[in-house]
Amino acid sequence: MGLDQVPNNFLTARLEDVVRWARRNSVFPATFGLACCALEMMAAGAAHYDLARYGMEVFRASPRQADLMIVAGRVSQKMGPVLRQVYDQMVEPKWVISMGVCASTGGMFNNYAIIQGVDQIVPVDVYVPGCPPGPETLMHGIFTLHDQIRTGELLKRRDASTSGGAGIEVDQRDGVPVETDIRIPTHAGR
Amino acid sequence: MSSVNDTEEERLERQTAEGAQELRTQHELVVTGTVWPEHEGEGETMIINMGPQHPSTHGVLRIMMELDGETVVRAKPVIGYLHTGMEKTGEQLTYVQGATNVTRMDYASPLTNELVFAMAVERLLDVEVPERAVWARMLLVELGRMASHLLFQATNGMDVGAVSMMLYGWREREEVLRLLEMITGLRMNHNFIRPGGIAADLPDGWEERVLEVCDIVAAGVNDYDELLTQNPIWLDRMVGVGTITTEEALALGTTGPILRSTGMPWDLRKAQPYLAYDQVDFDVIYTDNGDCYDRYRIRLYEIAESIKIVKQCVDRMPKGDYRVQDKKITPPPRSRIDESMEALIHHFKLFTEGFRVPAGETYACAESPRGEIGCYLVSDGTGKPVRVHVRGPSFYNLQSMDPMIKDRLVADAIAIISSVDPIMGEVDR
Amino acid sequence: MADDAAPPDEQPREEVHKAVPSDEVAAAVCERFPGTVFHDSHGQPVVYVERAQWGELATFLRDEQEFESCLDVCAVDHLTDVERMTVPGVQHERFEVVAAYISYARNRRLRAIAQVPARDTKIPSVSPVFPGANFGERETYDLFGIQFEGHPDLTRILMPDDWQGYPLRKDDAPARVPVTFKGDPRPS
Repeated sequence: MGLDQVPNNFLTARLEDVVRWARRNSVFPATFGLACCALEMMAAGAAHYDLARYGMEVFRASPRQADLMIVAGRVSQKMGPVLRQVYDQMVEPKWVISMGVCASTGGMFNNYAIIQGVDQIVPVDVYVPGCPPGPETLMHGIFTLHDQIRTGELLKRRDASTSGGAGIEVDQRDGVPVETDIRIPTHAGR
Repeated sequence: MSSVNDTEEERLERQTAEGAQELRTQHELVVTGTVWPEHEGEGETMIINMGPQHPSTHGVLRIMMELDGETVVRAKPVIGYLHTGMEKTGEQLTYVQGATNVTRMDYASPLTNELVFAMAVERLLDVEVPERAVWARMLLVELGRMASHLLFQATNGMDVGAVSMMLYGWREREEVLRLLEMITGLRMNHNFIRPGGIAADLPDGWEERVLEVCDIVAAGVNDYDELLTQNPIWLDRMVGVGTITTEEALALGTTGPILRSTGMPWDLRKAQPYLAYDQVDFDVIYTDNGDCYDRYRIRLYEIAESIKIVKQCVDRMPKGDYRVQDKKITPPPRSRIDESMEALIHHFKLFTEGFRVPAGETYACAESPRGEIGCYLVSDGTGKPVRVHVRGPSFYNLQSMDPMIKDRLVADAIAIISSVDPIMGEVDR
Repeated sequence: MADDAAPPDEQPREEVHKAVPSDEVAAAVCERFPGTVFHDSHGQPVVYVERAQWGELATFLRDEQEFESCLDVCAVDHLTDVERMTVPGVQHERFEVVAAYISYARNRRLRAIAQVPARDTKIPSVSPVFPGANFGERETYDLFGIQFEGHPDLTRILMPDDWQGYPLRKDDAPARVPVTFKGDPRPS
């Protein structure tokens, strides 16, 4: 119902719900694109798979201003300390999405050079599979995170688990016709 | 002069610690109403660290710049933040699997990596790829070049300040990626160009779709041209910025658009043709000034040249096999596996052990959107290579940053780094 | 497999038939640096030069043969080769350093290979002649441990500065690490 149909001038709600609503609808990601997944992350933020409709188009350069760190790409030995430093600079509440198989488990590169999963360094809340995950899969992961924030599950789980993260794994959704509310706009009407 | 016997302290003295800023000397500030004391001169520089995590979307490149006020005295790129050990992994994968590894190096134009790897393997095997595969490879590589240059327009525009370019560039790139998904099955890191040919035949209806995409991209290129090429702000920020001379570029082993921007019309597709480039008609774009504006224009007009080549591929695509019909290299079609025991065994052998390549070494190269990409492959007669080394153009192009950035302002440094167009996947491998 | 251990005077001295260079630049190199062996590798000219002449070869190519650029410097470790490609006349060692040169003016390429024994991994640097080889030599030092003498800044470039070892050597870092599973009671 539209706001003009509200009979009174005020709404009541629980404070928690309002806070969660605000947090969920304005998650600012930090720029942490490392490799190929970064290109798909940028594609998710671009016009075709617009992330701006979920309040997320502003990729904050400074980690102090960011809520979400999407680790997009393979994390090498040299990059590990940097990743941790950026994560530490973020202010609570903060979430981590591990995008792609390289960030989740080391991917196809199980050798000396790649950290076999960023969950060895930072607590991960959502694992998004794919190499690289298409924008649809990434958005599926982001919506899963939004749901968890909306119900408050995530903050509770953070206290309970030992590693700190929620550790939810999503399915790959690229190219699968879905009946969710993801509307993919087509170019020039096609 | 550094040597490997330096002590820890000496080495640390030369390099600043991770993320630390080092102020060399302090000068006194006189807080009165009079003129500030004159700048002391030598020795008052500051080392500033940019990256490896930074808003400029060029991956994990860290630049340490020594600044004298706003002027950059020296710039040193520190790389290795994306070192993946791909060359080591390549020694563990069979030749059939090798393309999956190599394709993730230059992830902006993955098909070019696969092409040089496949060309190197085929040369060691002494097989000739059928005509249709050659032309299909050319089509795909040129589509990849279009996607990569559109990415450059997007990121370069955003870095210099035209933030809308990010959305425009990606809008056209999405069309190309969807076309590539229709042909190869994946938007990126396709693993489609394999030793022997391509993985599958071109799907039905590809000609119409390719021509549609060409029209969309051509319209986009016209838009960017109108928006940026004569734009006064764009000209102010890019003309005369980051100049490099041909001698410097050659001495530093630079190739690609950077070399072409200095007045040298060298393009491997014309000078040392591979695939079927000697049978198609296109121009080599080159300019004279060697600055950022030239490199922007070269990459923009190269998209138009790629469209030309793609259209010729659509017109002249030969019929025939898409993979060399050698049972020891090409797996049988899936339907035959149910009928023939031999086909089943070949399929099994090829996908578990892979095929063997006679001992030897070779270097196969191609013109990627960034310069000359090459694959140096050494084999020892088994199913896995001894050495897969990819000569990534961005790795050597990064060396050209130093003459470009010297004595320029910090703000120009961003434009210059962006115009070098490094992809860290192939820099660090 | 390259046999570093056999003392030279136990191997019979024989006349080796060296290939006649089919490429004029390779012919000039063979004439200028006796001891160089030419090899036609699937149509590409390759010269196997003595390690000591590596730097002079670069100067010769740049100054007298119009090779303006060194495109690539890398190394190969032949420790675990099952069947190594051998060239008659070349004393094969464990490591090979490979440099790719190009002459834009004459539109030709040349590949030069030098053998580097495992017990003495030093070779002159070509960076003073071709500054573009700087990063390539640093990477080869970083990943193989081959020291380039005369290099202005031979430090690690891809691995962290405090990394021990040379990962791309065949006996160094593992190419496959065991996959670790969450909650695994005995991670291997």
